Amino acid sequence: MYRLHFGVESRGATSFEDGDTMKLENGSLATPLESDSVATVRAGRADFPILSTLINGNPLAYLDNAATTHKPQSVINRIQKFYAAENSNIHRGVHTLTAQATDIYEEARSALAQFVNGFSVDEIIFNRGCTEGINCVADAFASPAELWQHPSGLISPLSEGDVILVSEMEHHSNLVPWQIAAAKSGAVVKAIPITDSGDLDLDEYQALLKMNPVRIVAVTHASNVIGTVNPIQLLAELAHQHSAIVVVDGAQAVAHLAIDVQNLGADFYAFSGHKMFGPTGIGVLWGKQTHLEAMPPYQTGGGMVREVTMQKTTFAQVPAKFEAGTPNIAGAIGLAEAARYLAALANGGSGPASIDKMRPQLQSSFAALTLVEDQLLAHALQALTPVKGLKVLGRPHHQLPVISFVLDGVHPHDLGTILDSEGVAVRVGHHCCMPLMRRLGVPATTRASLAFYNTDAEIERLIDAINKARSFFGEP
Amino acid sequence: MSLDPTDLYKEVILDHNRWPRNRGRLEEFNRSSSGFNPLCGDQIALTLNVSQNQIEDIKFDAQGCAMTVASASIMTEAVKGRTVDDALKLFDAFHDCISGKLPPESLDDSEEYYALLGVRALPVRIKCVMLAWHALHDALSENET
Repeated sequence: MYRLHFGVESRGATSFEDGDTMKLENGSLATPLESDSVATVRAGRADFPILSTLINGNPLAYLDNAATTHKPQSVINRIQKFYAAENSNIHRGVHTLTAQATDIYEEARSALAQFVNGFSVDEIIFNRGCTEGINCVADAFASPAELWQHPSGLISPLSEGDVILVSEMEHHSNLVPWQIAAAKSGAVVKAIPITDSGDLDLDEYQALLKMNPVRIVAVTHASNVIGTVNPIQLLAELAHQHSAIVVVDGAQAVAHLAIDVQNLGADFYAFSGHKMFGPTGIGVLWGKQTHLEAMPPYQTGGGMVREVTMQKTTFAQVPAKFEAGTPNIAGAIGLAEAARYLAALANGGSGPASIDKMRPQLQSSFAALTLVEDQLLAHALQALTPVKGLKVLGRPHHQLPVISFVLDGVHPHDLGTILDSEGVAVRVGHHCCMPLMRRLGVPATTRASLAFYNTDAEIERLIDAINKARSFFGEP
Repeated sequence: MSLDPTDLYKEVILDHNRWPRNRGRLEEFNRSSSGFNPLCGDQIALTLNVSQNQIEDIKFDAQGCAMTVASASIMTEAVKGRTVDDALKLFDAFHDCISGKLPPESLDDSEEYYALLGVRALPVRIKCVMLAWHALHDALSENET
C-alpha cells in the first residue's frame, strides 16, 4: 500500500496513549524543550482579543475555525498602522508615501513566498482569496490558445475530451470552476471517490489517471468537513507521471500545516488569508513561474500591462500580470503579518519574525502547533464518541482538528442554535460540499473545527452543550 | 443579550416537531409545490387537494430542522378547510408579522402559528419557518396540476 507520511505536509496518525512522549512529524519524540514550545503555542491564545468576548452571556468557545480564524492583535495593529501612517497606492508613483507603500507591499510578497517556500517571489499572486485563485487557473485553462502567451506541453488550454479530476470531498470552490472550465472547453470533470474512512481512494485515483488524457488534478489539501489531509506529494507524483498538472486548494491546510510547495510538488496552490489568522479579502495563488508566464491574464486593466495602444496590449511580467487594478494593499500587509505571527508563535514570542528567518521558524512553529492540535483532536474525538446517538463522520488516516458529526433526533440547525445559546460557535449545514454530503448520506452536519488557540475546557463545553440539546429535544 | 432557547422552541413547536401532523404525501392531489433552502439543504414538498376554492386536504413531506418541520405541521393544520383566498390572506399576515412589517398582535395569539413568531428574535432562522409557508403560497398561486 501507499506510504502516507510525506515530510512536513503530513500529520502522523499519532496516538497519545503512551503518556508524555509525543511523536513528531519527523518521527522523533517530543523532548522537554519541545514541550516548552507547545506551552508557548498554547499561550498564543492571549493574542486574540475576540476570544474573550461574551456570547449570550457565556464566554465564547469558538469552534468554527474552518470557516474563518480570528486575528491576533499584531495583525489588527499592522492594518491599523498602514491606514493611519502609510496609506498610499502602490507602483508608478514618485512621492514618498507611494514608494514606501510599494516597498511594504512587495515585502509582503516576499513573506508569503517564504510562507509557502516558493522557488521565487514572483510566483506569489495576491488576490481576493482561494476561490479567486482557483478560478484564475480554471479560467486560463478554458481560454483559447491565442490568449495564451507561451502554451507548451502540459501548460496549454483544455480541449474536447480532456479530463479534469476532482475529488468527492471538494469544496464547491474547487469543483464549480472546473465544471465551468469543462463547459467552455469540452473537457469532462470526473471525481476521485473517497473510502468509508473519508480518505481518497488511491487505487481508484490510479485507475482514473489511466483514462486519457487526464490534464488537471484539482484536489484539496485538507477537507473542510471531515478534516482529511490528502497525500498531495503522492498525488502530484502520480499525476505528473501521467502528464497532468496538479492544482491544490490549500484553504484549510494553511492554518495547520507548514506549507512547502517545493516539497509538495504541486503546480498551483491557492489559499485565503482569513483562514490563517490574516484579514478577509486577501489570498494567494502560488504557481510555478513558467506556468504563470504561459497563462493568459485573468482580469485585465490597470497595473497589469506593459504597453497599451488602441489596438493592442502587451502584458506585464508575473506577478503583475495577474494583479489588475489596485490590489488589497492593506490586506496583503496584514496577511504577511499573520505569516510572521505564525513564524514567531513557538519561538519565544519575541515579536514577529524577520523575513529571512521565517522559514525555519515556521517549521518549528507548525511542529509545535501540530502537537497542540493533535492533542485537542484526540480529546475531542474521545469526548464526542461516547455521546449517545452521536456519530462522527469519517475517520481519515490523517486528520486536521476538523470534526463533522450528526446527532440522532436533533437536526444540525437546531443543535447549532442551542450551542450558540451556550456561547459555543460551530457551523452547521452542508459546508459548501453538497457532493460529499451525498457520499456521507446526510443532508447536513454539525462541524467543530479547532485552531491551536482552542482549549480542552472548550471541548468540554461543546460536549455539555450537546447533552443539553439532547435533553431539550428529548433523548432518542 | 442573552438567547433563551425556550423563547424559540416553545412547547408547541417541540410537540409538532416530535409528532408532526399531516406528514406524508396525498395519494390524490391537484396542487403541489416544493421548497428548498440552498443555504442549509432543507427541503419540503406539499401536496394539496383543492376543491371549489377550498383546501380539502394537505400534506407535507420535509427534511429539515425542528423549526422547518414544526412550522410545516402547524401551517397544514391552520389552512386545512380554509378557502384559498383565506389561506393566502393568512400567508400575507403571517409573512408580514415574521418580517416585522406588522406587530405580532396582528395575529391571533390563541392560534398555534403564533408560537412561530418567536423566530423574530433570531433572523438567521426565519428561512426555516417560512419554507413551508412559501411552498403553500406557490401551490395556491399556481394552476391545478
